[in-house]
Amino acid sequence: MSVGKARRTLGILAVSAVVLSGCGGDSDDASAGTGGSASGDSCASGEAITLGLLNSTSGPMAISEQTVRDSLLLAVEEINADGGILDKQIEVIEEDGASEPAVFAEKIEKLLTEDEVQAVFGGWTSASRKAMLPVVEANEGLLFYPVQYEGLEASENIYYSGATTNQQIIPAMDFLASEGVKTLFLAGSDYVFPRTANKIIKQYAAELGIEIVGEEYVPLDSDDWTTQVAKIAAAKPDFVFNTINGSSNVGFIKAYTEAGLGADKSPIISVSIAEEEAPAMGADLTGQYASWNYFQSVDNPENETFIKAFQDKYGAERPTSDPMEAAYTSMYLYKAMVEKAESFCVDAVNEASDGVTFQAPEGLVTVNGENHHIAKTGLIGQINADNQFDIVWDSGEPIEPDPFLEGYDWWNSEAE
Amino acid sequence: MDALTTPLLTGSATGAILLMAALGLTLTFGQMGVINMAHGEFLMAGAYATYLTQQVISGSGLSVLVAIPVAFLVTGLLGLLLEMSTIRWMYRRPLDTLLVTVGVSLVLQQLARDLFGAQGDPVTPPSWMRGSIEVAGYAWPHRQLFTIVLALAAVALLHAGLKRTSFGRRVRATVQNRELAETLGVTTRAVDRSTFFIGSGLAGVGGVAISLISGTNPTLGTTYIIPAFLVVVAGGVGQVKGTVIAAFAIGIATAFLTDWTSGSMAQVISFIAVVLFLQIRPQGLFTVRTRALA
Amino acid sequence: MTTDSGAISDVAETSTPMSRAWRDPRFSPANLFRSYGGLIAIALLAYALLVWAPGELTPFRLGNLGKYCCWAIAAVGIGLAWGRGGMLVMGQGVFFGLGGYIMAMHMKLEATGPGEVPDFMSLYGDGTMPFWWEPFRNGAFTMVAIIVLPALISFLLGYAILKRGVKGAYFAILTQALAVAFSTLLIATIKQTGGFNGLNSFSSFFGQKLNKSTKQDIYLMAAGALIICLLIVWQLYRSRFGELLVATRDAEARVRFLGYDPANTKLIAFVLAAVMASVGGALFTPLVGIISPSNVDAAASIMLLAGVALGGRSTLMGPALGAIAVGYGQSTLSETYPTSWTYFQGALFIVVMLFLPGGLASLWTKLKGLMPTRSPLDRRPVSAALAVGAEAAK
Repeated sequence: MSVGKARRTLGILAVSAVVLSGCGGDSDDASAGTGGSASGDSCASGEAITLGLLNSTSGPMAISEQTVRDSLLLAVEEINADGGILDKQIEVIEEDGASEPAVFAEKIEKLLTEDEVQAVFGGWTSASRKAMLPVVEANEGLLFYPVQYEGLEASENIYYSGATTNQQIIPAMDFLASEGVKTLFLAGSDYVFPRTANKIIKQYAAELGIEIVGEEYVPLDSDDWTTQVAKIAAAKPDFVFNTINGSSNVGFIKAYTEAGLGADKSPIISVSIAEEEAPAMGADLTGQYASWNYFQSVDNPENETFIKAFQDKYGAERPTSDPMEAAYTSMYLYKAMVEKAESFCVDAVNEASDGVTFQAPEGLVTVNGENHHIAKTGLIGQINADNQFDIVWDSGEPIEPDPFLEGYDWWNSEAE
Repeated sequence: MDALTTPLLTGSATGAILLMAALGLTLTFGQMGVINMAHGEFLMAGAYATYLTQQVISGSGLSVLVAIPVAFLVTGLLGLLLEMSTIRWMYRRPLDTLLVTVGVSLVLQQLARDLFGAQGDPVTPPSWMRGSIEVAGYAWPHRQLFTIVLALAAVALLHAGLKRTSFGRRVRATVQNRELAETLGVTTRAVDRSTFFIGSGLAGVGGVAISLISGTNPTLGTTYIIPAFLVVVAGGVGQVKGTVIAAFAIGIATAFLTDWTSGSMAQVISFIAVVLFLQIRPQGLFTVRTRALA
Repeated sequence: MTTDSGAISDVAETSTPMSRAWRDPRFSPANLFRSYGGLIAIALLAYALLVWAPGELTPFRLGNLGKYCCWAIAAVGIGLAWGRGGMLVMGQGVFFGLGGYIMAMHMKLEATGPGEVPDFMSLYGDGTMPFWWEPFRNGAFTMVAIIVLPALISFLLGYAILKRGVKGAYFAILTQALAVAFSTLLIATIKQTGGFNGLNSFSSFFGQKLNKSTKQDIYLMAAGALIICLLIVWQLYRSRFGELLVATRDAEARVRFLGYDPANTKLIAFVLAAVMASVGGALFTPLVGIISPSNVDAAASIMLLAGVALGGRSTLMGPALGAIAVGYGQSTLSETYPTSWTYFQGALFIVVMLFLPGGLASLWTKLKGLMPTRSPLDRRPVSAALAVGAEAAK
């Protein structure tokens, strides 16, 4: 039945004008989609290639994910100005994940099946990645995920350009051990990343001889940390390991400050406070620590260029941070992989990926073809009065990614 | 001893926040039978008013005190605007009002996001609020004490206003029997508007206290609206006394539950406890004596 | 729309014994249309969803339509509870999630293989499976549970809340608090329910590998379930129960004086709505591939209400069509105006509830001039005399 006829039929039915326009729109889009696929007989035969950017531009995660979108667009602009990938210009299709895993699943399917993009860049929360994973695998697509996460995952169809746990959590613990820390308090949001991170921390702490003197969680969207901070104040730990997510950090830091704690008594090491978040805490964070693989203060020519390009495009007051850098890097890594493979085909890209390197703003990064993670250097920064981080410790060389912690004897995934 | 005093004191501070969030609600709900789901966003507006006040008065020693009347006025006017533009058309449809205000709350959240950015803005507590006093081995932060004082002051003022002034008499008359009050010459429309102004303004003051805990952010209101409603429901609609008791009871109970279980479980248990409590007292702790057919 | 007027006016007009009231003795064309017009509308929707759409839409668009159908199933239940029963259920996400999680548990176990535990339990927990997961290995048990479990829970809850006379805004707030509590509980129990990430990474659906043709089958099941729910509600609305429900909504005191327990009537509607939401959720999970607390919480529950309000809560077709429209609007408007979607959603509530409480369906009636000025919701022959009492009771 033709669309027009179907429309007429439905029109006579007059069940509802609403569903009519709904279905009509659907089929229009669909025909446009299939029409556009003529050029996609090989992996990319047209003049240009299309890449999908899938970040939340609405909902509570928009604040973080918008910065990732910005740096991805910057990388695309730079690559296009430089001649594109394999002489093809990049066209981007932007979609909104709306901070909602089910929407991520819907949109990535649209990008892969309707728009037939070569690769998708995006995702932030673990839930959004978990929602996209089966879709990207079923459609044999590629996803570049730019955020540090809880590890314990590896997919043929996903490249993880942020840190896995042995590149962020374990370096942080090594740093604490080198500082002679004896007692540690764990504070986190009640969801997957903090729970997994703390499981690793507890096992490694036992190995390092660090005593865990408390472990507290607060619901994701809760700001009230007073009860929990009272426990920290009572426990008087050498250090607090902070795995709190997003805006909940504000409540934590405020309660921590008003309880009379500070960098001099029980300093905090955080894994989700970066250059963007530090100024929004409304409290003095000077002297507190964070573990990342990139800080704006990293001193090398690539970073200088990156910061300048970013601030020229988006404004001098905009800081750069680890996830933004990881997203920016992921676009260049994709370019390098495709150029090494001399093909946009997923199989060819996967085959070529092992050992692909990029001189990123954070330093040299190398793709691990086995687990699709990226070797990167662990850094510990200490916040100064300008809300920038002074790098006080680094892992010396890039750390090979080990998402399942197979190289660590003390790790027992099934222990409590 | 610490296991007892610490949750008791921090719980009281949490209760005070809940009280300020619920006070305005119980007033408008009690008098007009209107549930204002945008009340949470009025808390948010109060927090942003505090932030903006701090931006204007740079020395933050007095800024929080100045912010209290500012937030009261700003959110009060916001409430007045809401009442006059939408709610007054739908007093006879309480459930529809509920959904209209759900829409208003969504719009206000997005508006805050567009105006101030999705990243929260910091509110700096003044220096006199830093530090703590020693109570039975627990260093009780000044901020918590301040919150409790602020909440109790708001209650005292409201209570006095309702009991001692002619405006208060008109409000109580309207609550007890709207038609009869009208026949006695009370302009219930004017009373409604003023009540809505005051109820919303109280949310603004609550917002000042909340901003000292968590700064500002566009979704701040959603965190508090449901607990605040549970306080209202448990305390008895329109009952200042009941609201005070329910707020502190829920706040302290949650603190103890957090201590014994976890923050998440404490939230779940306290919600379920309110449902169970309504089994015993379906009208809440206290009920309004009305002449209506129940 | 038409059955609506039929059902309500019957109360006023019929003087036959109550046991016969649902049987319309008159066979004039107008009355036939009143009685069976709803069936025609359902048949048209069935044609559009089951015959037209699978032939016309790409697999991706069809999957999306299936998702909207799942919301529509829950919406039909909300129409029953809220539109007809006057109970504003603001926490249907709880039951939607219950069905979704039950189905997800079964699919997760199917993907796991005998003797093993789901991946997330060994990743985040200690690698042991809670005992209550075990029965969901069984497909038949799962299907029964999707119906029975929400029925049981909603019955207990409804009994507790409704029997104590909690109603109106109190009821609404309590149900929403329930949704908040449920999603908090899910997020907090990572080892048992997957926490914030929810349950995902399924491979098969009742033995069928989850590929394109299986997904089309699941779509057809969702569309079919929607049609069945509409048929159930159509029959209910013209039955004596439907009349009692509307009467309870409009004049609870009068119904009580007539010797009925209004709580029982409401309880039945509440349980039915919960079961429908659960069925919607159960089909949502395999279609989308994930169920997480964000499909369950207060915001998700309010999204479900949006479609019902838009379409016309007390009509037969309004809730279903409204839910499909809102789902479609979210997909497309968020593509075009990503940041403004929230404004649209907010404005939808404000405009509809303020100016068109009967939803778009009432607009249609108004335009047709069938009912000159007032929306169907205001046509309350039963309540006219007792409206004062009902208002006062709130």
